[in-house]
Amino acid sequence: MELKEKLVSSFLAFEANVDTTSPIHDIRIEALKSFEAYGFPTKKLEAWKYTSLNSVIKNDFSIFPKKEIALEFKDVKKYFISDLDSYKIVFIDGVYSSHLSETTHDKIDVCLMSSALSQNRFKPVIDVYYNTVVKEDGMTALNTAFAKEGAYIYIPKNIAADKPIQIIHFATGVDGAAMLQPRNLIVCEDNSEVTIIERHQNLSENKVFTNSVTEMYAGNNAHIDYYKIQNDTDTSCLVDNTFTEQHNNSVCSVHTFAFGGDITRNNLNFYQKGQGIDSILNGVTILEGKTHVDHNTLVEHQEPNCESHQDYKGIFDEKSTGVFNGKIIVEQEAQKTNAFQSNNNILLSDKATVNSKPQLEIFADDVKCSHGCTIGQLDESALFYMRSRGIATKEAKALLMYAFANNVLESVKIPQLKTRINKIIADKLGVNIGFDL
Amino acid sequence: MSKFTEDDLKKELETKEYEYGFYTDIESDTFPIGLNEDVVRAISKKKNEPEWMTDWRVDAFRIWSEMEEPEWANVNYTKPDFQAISYYSAPKKADPNKSLDDVDPELLATFEKLGISLDEQKKLSGVAVDVVVDSVSVATTFKKTLNEKGIIFCSISEAIQEHPELVKKYIGSIVPKTDNFYAALNSAVFTDGSFCYIPKGVRCPMELSTYFRINQGGTGQFERTLLVADQGSYVSYLEGCTAPSRDENQLHAAVVELIALDDSEIKYSTVQNWFPGNKEGKGGVFNFVTKRGLCETNAKISWTQVETGSAVTWKYPSCILKGANSVGEFYSIAVTNNYQQADTGTKMIHLGKNSKSTIISKGISAGKSQNSYRGLVQISPRAENARNFSQCDSLLMGNECGAHTFPYIEAKNKTAIIEHEATTSKIGEDQIFYCNQRGIDTEKAIALIVNGFSKEVLNKLPMEFAVEAQKLLEISLEGSVG
Repeated sequence: MELKEKLVSSFLAFEANVDTTSPIHDIRIEALKSFEAYGFPTKKLEAWKYTSLNSVIKNDFSIFPKKEIALEFKDVKKYFISDLDSYKIVFIDGVYSSHLSETTHDKIDVCLMSSALSQNRFKPVIDVYYNTVVKEDGMTALNTAFAKEGAYIYIPKNIAADKPIQIIHFATGVDGAAMLQPRNLIVCEDNSEVTIIERHQNLSENKVFTNSVTEMYAGNNAHIDYYKIQNDTDTSCLVDNTFTEQHNNSVCSVHTFAFGGDITRNNLNFYQKGQGIDSILNGVTILEGKTHVDHNTLVEHQEPNCESHQDYKGIFDEKSTGVFNGKIIVEQEAQKTNAFQSNNNILLSDKATVNSKPQLEIFADDVKCSHGCTIGQLDESALFYMRSRGIATKEAKALLMYAFANNVLESVKIPQLKTRINKIIADKLGVNIGFDL
Repeated sequence: MSKFTEDDLKKELETKEYEYGFYTDIESDTFPIGLNEDVVRAISKKKNEPEWMTDWRVDAFRIWSEMEEPEWANVNYTKPDFQAISYYSAPKKADPNKSLDDVDPELLATFEKLGISLDEQKKLSGVAVDVVVDSVSVATTFKKTLNEKGIIFCSISEAIQEHPELVKKYIGSIVPKTDNFYAALNSAVFTDGSFCYIPKGVRCPMELSTYFRINQGGTGQFERTLLVADQGSYVSYLEGCTAPSRDENQLHAAVVELIALDDSEIKYSTVQNWFPGNKEGKGGVFNFVTKRGLCETNAKISWTQVETGSAVTWKYPSCILKGANSVGEFYSIAVTNNYQQADTGTKMIHLGKNSKSTIISKGISAGKSQNSYRGLVQISPRAENARNFSQCDSLLMGNECGAHTFPYIEAKNKTAIIEHEATTSKIGEDQIFYCNQRGIDTEKAIALIVNGFSKEVLNKLPMEFAVEAQKLLEISLEGSVG
């Protein structure tokens, strides 16, 4: 049976486990209808021109976790940034693990989507924000139809979250190939602040297909810093759909570090609904093997005096493929917009491919918009310079790659996280450059 | 041209179908509207074409009838009804009773500004001219010089009759019948166009131009151009004309194929100024053109275009850089005003080693127009050391227009070096102020700034065109200040 049919027919079984009387369920039923109409995206869709999910959706995924698995902290410790004092929301095969999590909170809400959807005290927030920022397509509709678990983060007015929040999804693979559909909602009211780190990790060799949707809402003057670490096994496919709505003078940044996974697709969407907004989209992609990463970004400038900055760096070795598909839309009202987009790529192998599509759609005249895209190689003379001074080729190359990605690495504000990312890169390049960047 | 109302049309159709049948009408000058295989055969017969050409057209028609109109372009328009067009009409004859006084005064004013001679004005506005001394003599001297060099420059119909071996070899080799909807349509029904062949090692001594070719008049809406530069040759070809052409045809679907054999160079310049529709966006020409060139080893193709006309433009002059060391260039200025829409750009397909390409695209949008750049740079795995540089700049005038950029960059070789940059901005108030301060009024100041903005491309145009193109930019943007 095709995955689409399987999903649609399993909806009945899904209904048996959720509250079908809540208004959320009406949203699910509508979304399922949309998914039936859209289906999985194909290469015929312009937005999916360079990424095909065919190799993924042909697998027979189990849609609901069969049993709960307990993991010992010591076994998975390496996937946490454990030296960082933080809230932790951990899911194992899509089910919340209270054992690994740390969510004791004060003033703010760091809890579960399942409770948020069912308990009355969250209702005012859910009614206003749930499923409002997301734009519907095949993948998001599918998520909405089956959404019941994920992280729910609510920061009230004038509060800054006291420590960063880590959201970690583990897939154990005990049931064979599994499909996960986490749903996150992050609401930051006026003058609030939060930092979030998200990671998906497959612990087995079995296939995992994650279709995640995150909705973020930033009120006036709110600050959101979101880090996504994607360093999964090569049997994992991730489709990440993130939607951000921003209001006056808010600053939202999403940093995506894509180092692995079979197919990774990041749909990152920013909607600016106020003035003085800044949206920051950064990404470092370092790939080898047959991995494929597709960054699909959209920034919609709807109001005057806003800014957006996009900076994506990619290094591609062996048979890896990188895609950057960035779109900036400046609406007619959005005068005095400053929008920048830059995509730089290094190809290290003849089998590697880069497809880049930086797009501008501009309807306002008093704007400054630019985009730049480059594809090239490591500078031979710089390599020679270092080698002539006793630095081995491998290290010299690594240094150049670090330098290339440094703009983005520098934007990481949590020192522990920066160290972790540097370590992942060092492991990947197989070097120990012996100093912290 | 007399007005042709819907009732007339109905009547004509009825009478044709029932009284005389279809075939009796072949000898008349205009075919009834509609398109089917018989019409395609009839066009071919009318043009007295050899059998292979007829078969080629019929094949193209069959392919076309199974294709769907493309919708991916960033333009909105009511799709033309392909069954409501007459696919063959004899060259329009000038109306002997028409004098210059009957011509639209607005058109004449534009001629004046462009500095076009009275005789040419008459010719362009369809007024009968007794003797166009200049043009005729110029054309004849041209023909003589070209013949001496062995250069073939004639209409494509003539070439099919007289040089079938060349046409047969090259037609459809770069833009195949199956290429796209409009190319297939053109292949089936093209009525005329130009053919040019430059023999080995010959450097064409003059700019070849459709402007000077007398038989160019009224070639209709489906033009086909085939240009072959044999080894080591050079040619510069100009297409179009800076004067506004008030053609009544709604749809133009042309195909241009360039073949640059080893070590040759083709420079192809276009100035397009078809009727853009009126200020309310009514009428205007749909310009759906497929242009492509093939570069063999060490060959070079350079496209230069100035697009100011047409209600809807859909045009991507491309280069297939097949040979090693081949070079492709694309220089473009696209100006849209009022309700015009342009979706234009280029494709650079790098297949050969050390192939190089440069793309400079300048878009200027004013009024309520939409201007898009859409381009592809593709580096194949075997294109070692390929190099591309692209620059797309957009200038916005007024807050109701749009400028869009859709570049596609695909690299499959690690030695490729690709740079792409795009900017969008408006004319700075400080720049205008600076000019005003020095006694240059705002309209002139804008013309000055636009000229500076477009300089890189204007410089690539042949001399005589450049001057007129510059004026054309001014005229196109007239009244857009504000």
